[in-house]
Amino acid sequence: MTIGLSHYLTVAAILFALGIFGIFLNRRNVIIILMSIELILLAVNLNFVTFSTFLHDIVGQLFAMFVLTVAAAEAAIGLAILVVYFRNRGTIAVEDINQMKG
Amino acid sequence: MIVQAVAFYLFAAICVASGVMVISARNPVHSVLFLILAFFNAAGLFVLMGAEFLAMILVVVYVGAVAVLFLFVVMMLDIDFVELRRGALQHLPVAGIVGLILLVELVFLAVTTEVVSTGEAAPPPAAEMSNTLAIGRVLYTDYIFLFQGAGLILLVAMIGAIVLTHRSREGVRKQVISSQIGRRRELTVEVRKVRSREGVSS
Repeated sequence: MTIGLSHYLTVAAILFALGIFGIFLNRRNVIIILMSIELILLAVNLNFVTFSTFLHDIVGQLFAMFVLTVAAAEAAIGLAILVVYFRNRGTIAVEDINQMKG
Repeated sequence: MIVQAVAFYLFAAICVASGVMVISARNPVHSVLFLILAFFNAAGLFVLMGAEFLAMILVVVYVGAVAVLFLFVVMMLDIDFVELRRGALQHLPVAGIVGLILLVELVFLAVTTEVVSTGEAAPPPAAEMSNTLAIGRVLYTDYIFLFQGAGLILLVAMIGAIVLTHRSREGVRKQVISSQIGRRRELTVEVRKVRSREGVSS
């Protein structure tokens, strides 16, 4: 019973599908959508590290680190936009967000 | 070997289960806490694969910074979450179909994938070289510009978040440095001759 490449890839695939599922399921709640995006990026990181390990190439872990950086920046900016939106509108329902046009 | 397998299944099961709870919990605070649990178990998977440095970075960055940021925002904003969840079930068929198709495809790919080594991959690092050392050797030499770029991204994100959320409110007394510096002695201090036992009337 050895744990191989496909085991890790399956876990990452399940996490990725869960993230997509969460975005579709909680379409009104931006906070849950942001958390789903974090789950997706975690799945991508898992894939990077898996292939980095099984191909013996350290660069995959390097790129996982860069993905981590971008994910942190994205979370900060997204939550800042969310706070500003809530301050102006009093709600975070994203379905009304198209009223901002013009 | 059996210990590794048990650890893998434990971490993977908890990671997937908490991922399910993240998107299905009624209370967003619980969602954030389950997200933290998922990240901890993903860090465990990283350790199993021998990527200790990334595991520590994941715990520090995600649990220490991003999850706490989420927690702050969820707790600070006064949001009616029950109203937001209304109509979530009507999205369930579409979400289920899309998620299921994606999952089946990805798992099919994952199970059928064989590692095809191109022969150009770097040789496995020597046993005495730690994971952190190996990353540092590559990061600070070949990928130094990407590293600096990542720093720039973080700087831009920080400035952007501050600019977005900063607001100047009315009716708040603030320090006005120019008027403090522009204050002169003859405008504020007056020397009077006070006669004995009469005091100053005005």
